Amino acid sequence: MADLTSTFCGITSPNPFWLASAPPTDKEYNVRRAFEAGWGGVVWKTLGEEGPPVVNVNGPRYGAIHGADRRLLGLNNIELITDRPLEVNLEEMTRVKKDYPDRALIASVMVPCDADSWKNIIPRIAETGCDGFELNFGCPHGMAERGMGSAVGQVPEYIEMVTRWCKEATDLPVIVKLTPNITNVLYPAEAALRGGADAVSLINTINSITSVNLDAFSPEPMIDGKGTHGGYCGPAVKPIAMNMVAEIARNPATANLPISGIGGVTTWRDAAEFMALGAGNVQVCTAVMTYGFKIVEEMISGLSQYLDEKEMALADLVGKATPNVTDWQYLNLNHVTKAVINQDDCINCGRCYAACEDTSHQAIEMSPDRTFTVKDDECVACNLCVNVCPIEGCITMKTLEKGEMDERTGKPVGDYANWTTHPNNVAAVSAE
Amino acid sequence: MTNSPLTPGITAGRLPEESYAAQFSDLHPVLDDHEALVAADRCYFCHDAPCMTACPTSIDVPLFIRQIMTGTPEAAAKTIFDQNILGGMCARVCPTETLCEEVCVREIAEGKPVEIGRLQRYATDALMAKGVHPYTRAEATGKTVAVVGAGPAGLAAAHRLAMKGHDVVMFDARPKSGGLNEYGIASYKAPDGYAQKEVDWLMQIGGITVETGKKLGDGLTLDGLKADYDAVFLAIGLAGVNALRAEGEDADGVLDAVDFISELRQAEDLSKLPVGRNVVVIGGGMTAVDAAVQAKLLGAQNVSMVYRRGRARMAASAFEQDLAASKGVQIFYNAAPVAVYGDGAVEEVEFEYTSEEGGSLKGTGETFRLPADQVFKAIGQTLDGAPEGIEITGGKIAVDAVGRTSIAGVWAGGDCASGGEDLTVTAVSEGRDAAEDIHAKLMEG
Ligand SMILES: Cc1cc2nc3c(=O)[nH]c(=O)nc-3n(C[C@H](O)[C@H](O)[C@H](O)COP(=O)(O)OP(=O)(O)OC[C@H]3O[C@@H](n4cnc5c(N)ncnc54)[C@H](O)[C@@H]3O)c2cc1C
Ligand SMILES: Cc1cc2nc3c(=O)[nH]c(=O)nc-3n(C[C@H](O)[C@H](O)[C@H](O)COP(=O)(O)O)c2cc1C
Ligand code: SF4
Ligand code: SF4
Ligand code: SF4
Repeated sequence: MADLTSTFCGITSPNPFWLASAPPTDKEYNVRRAFEAGWGGVVWKTLGEEGPPVVNVNGPRYGAIHGADRRLLGLNNIELITDRPLEVNLEEMTRVKKDYPDRALIASVMVPCDADSWKNIIPRIAETGCDGFELNFGCPHGMAERGMGSAVGQVPEYIEMVTRWCKEATDLPVIVKLTPNITNVLYPAEAALRGGADAVSLINTINSITSVNLDAFSPEPMIDGKGTHGGYCGPAVKPIAMNMVAEIARNPATANLPISGIGGVTTWRDAAEFMALGAGNVQVCTAVMTYGFKIVEEMISGLSQYLDEKEMALADLVGKATPNVTDWQYLNLNHVTKAVINQDDCINCGRCYAACEDTSHQAIEMSPDRTFTVKDDECVACNLCVNVCPIEGCITMKTLEKGEMDERTGKPVGDYANWTTHPNNVAAVSAE
Repeated sequence: MTNSPLTPGITAGRLPEESYAAQFSDLHPVLDDHEALVAADRCYFCHDAPCMTACPTSIDVPLFIRQIMTGTPEAAAKTIFDQNILGGMCARVCPTETLCEEVCVREIAEGKPVEIGRLQRYATDALMAKGVHPYTRAEATGKTVAVVGAGPAGLAAAHRLAMKGHDVVMFDARPKSGGLNEYGIASYKAPDGYAQKEVDWLMQIGGITVETGKKLGDGLTLDGLKADYDAVFLAIGLAGVNALRAEGEDADGVLDAVDFISELRQAEDLSKLPVGRNVVVIGGGMTAVDAAVQAKLLGAQNVSMVYRRGRARMAASAFEQDLAASKGVQIFYNAAPVAVYGDGAVEEVEFEYTSEEGGSLKGTGETFRLPADQVFKAIGQTLDGAPEGIEITGGKIAVDAVGRTSIAGVWAGGDCASGGEDLTVTAVSEGRDAAEDIHAKLMEG
């Protein structure tokens, strides 16, 4: 079994699976059970200032998107940071860390945007024995209206400033948690780096309305006839999160900044994908809120098996796909493929035909006896048929060798060439 | 002394009284909301869907399933009823395993089709539960049509004709309308008086008068109907039955399976319905299976079904054969009845094994006997009561693709007419199509 021991910005944990700051990490009871279940680390539910804690709504706080058989695909919440007193949280964190010294325990923090608030609280929290801090600049609802959370995370200058204050207040690693509710994730990431952040974690939740009650005419979750936008998370947000992770990982300025990947991680495979794109570890919230702590067992066994099969160390997986994430303009325009339908696998549903005929390139033929075949002289290789076919692996893309005839263009396949040198590109640089 | 399955002879109340309801309960209970969503989600929304082609009434299956999936089963029901006004009964009785579900691409791929029949029932039940009838009549045309036979074919035709604005009078020899839906279909396929509920719901269209106890050939004549109405639609089903042609077949206890079933369907109290300890059913179709299974459910100790040809030739589908076997019916293949023995009442039936050579059936000479208190003949129904002078082909009233008979102004459909399988859904489709043609003809001017 592969060694999953992970070191993330100097913090060691027995595996790269951490629980994200959220209800699963809200109190000692949960965190002890999470550690017993096998989680490598937790980011404690975000702590706020001393004094009366925030309050949550007393009606429903979650909304959801479901797939077939009520599989939960996306969750949305209007919960705030911890609603328990700071002192209670700190005592609990101290006890837990003492009993689980090998696990990572990170304190998530969100206090008002002034130097004193941050500089006072950080050392106090450090006394718990925690391994590091995560600055919550992400929460998109409730806290933002009070000038915290994503209100800070959307202004790079604030991120840099607050990060600097925290770094001045502690020697422990500081992770900056980024909000996806921005135009370009590189601005906040670079700001965190300038402020001295040891790592970034992303994504926090996405502003969203998951559904509208068509009888009461209010967004859900509905509180006394009204709703508000909440933070979206779970499997549905994974593609958005992965792109943001990859953007930071391949940006020269932030390439060496450790990334904790968050957003829809549900299985070992999701974790491996985030890590291949450059995440040093991953954090999980919705998946445990859906299935409980036990899923970490599958994540551990799955990732170990994968690494064994690839004969790869965990550290070598991190960033393995990053060099292959590029800009569109560098994609090889002379890479020609054609859809091929495997007639043995085909169940003749005709979905590929409807898709290609109605909405693509009229490149699939349907015979009177319902045999479906691709017309090579029409197929532009868009992949739509592959995506809509209900049988996995039934339609594949065959790559034409160099020199082979592309029947659609009537030209043989040429050497690598991209848009930057394409004759149709007015800004093309001529290939010398 | 209370009776049990072991009580000799023919007797009622072989089972504890409270168990009859469970014995004859719904074969495929209706899906609940969640089950329906899960079942609907399995549909691939095929292009030019094979299931739709296989449905004799061409219901747009992918569309109605998608309407269920989006939480509008009432719209799904409308999609179904547009093609098949008896979509509720068909959802219960169609042998889907040889129709839509047989060709479902997921049957081909995984051997597990989308549950089209049960989804159809889910949708039609949802709409009917609301007590609404989603069709209204077109402006009155002043034309009148006589429909003879109030089974599925007659009902489908009457509804379509009424919807088009014609006035319909439906005659039936029996005391209740519904045809075999009411008198023939196995009770566990359509429990709780569904057949009459469906007829009542269908009648809400208006413009249809039903006259029961009126029989063509016994008071009613085709000439009379032709004179009184602008068009006539014959949907009289198959009222006759084939004879066994076995020695002694008129012994007491030898009955037509359809009569046994009809008596069972009309019984107020199943615990009062007598059934033999040893029951032998002769035949290999749906009627044979239904008679055998229901005899077993009534508490008969031994029920055998004997078919003269091999398993592959049996008209009852594999699903129905399995159903019979699961209820404890023993099926004998390749055996034909030669004689019925008994002193007044049947005691034994003798069979001879058969072999099939080039399509023709030959006795092997080897025989065996089965003890029997009751024998049900289910070897096919025949056309009975067709009006004189009408052209007959293959034992049925000859019709063209839209149901026209050899007599101008007279259409026919359902089991009594040539073409198509003898199924409820086929009868509906033929009734509907004949109605469309009658309408076109009447509106010609
Ligand atoms: C026991 C049994 C079980 C069956 N099970 C199934 C099943 O599970 N699924 C399936 O799809 N099909 C089944 N069938 C077949 C199906 O019931 C028929 O195909 C269908 O009912 C035919 O409809 P129809 O309208 O043509 O005739 P019928 O339903 O037979 O209706 C004919 C009507 O005409 C009336 N009539 C007859 N003669 C006259 C006359 N001279 N004057 C006036 N009225 C007359 C009758 O009283 C009857 O009401 C079964 C048949 C039987 C016998
Ligand atoms: C109910 C709820 C409460 C959350 N509270 C916090 C919080 O207090 N602090 C924080 O940094 N993130 C919070 N998050 C965001 C999660 O930590 C995580 O970034 C996000 O859910 C994406 O990960 P996932 O797709 O695995 O759920 C919360 C998420 C949920 C669902
Ligand atoms: S790849 Fe696109 S263009 Fe080619 S056959 Fe498939 S859907 Fe049509
Ligand atoms: S979508 Fe797939 S299974 Fe369906 S017809 Fe096309 S190739 Fe065959
Ligand atoms: S064949 Fe099956 S999967 Fe395709 S539309 Fe019909 S029910 Fe749906």
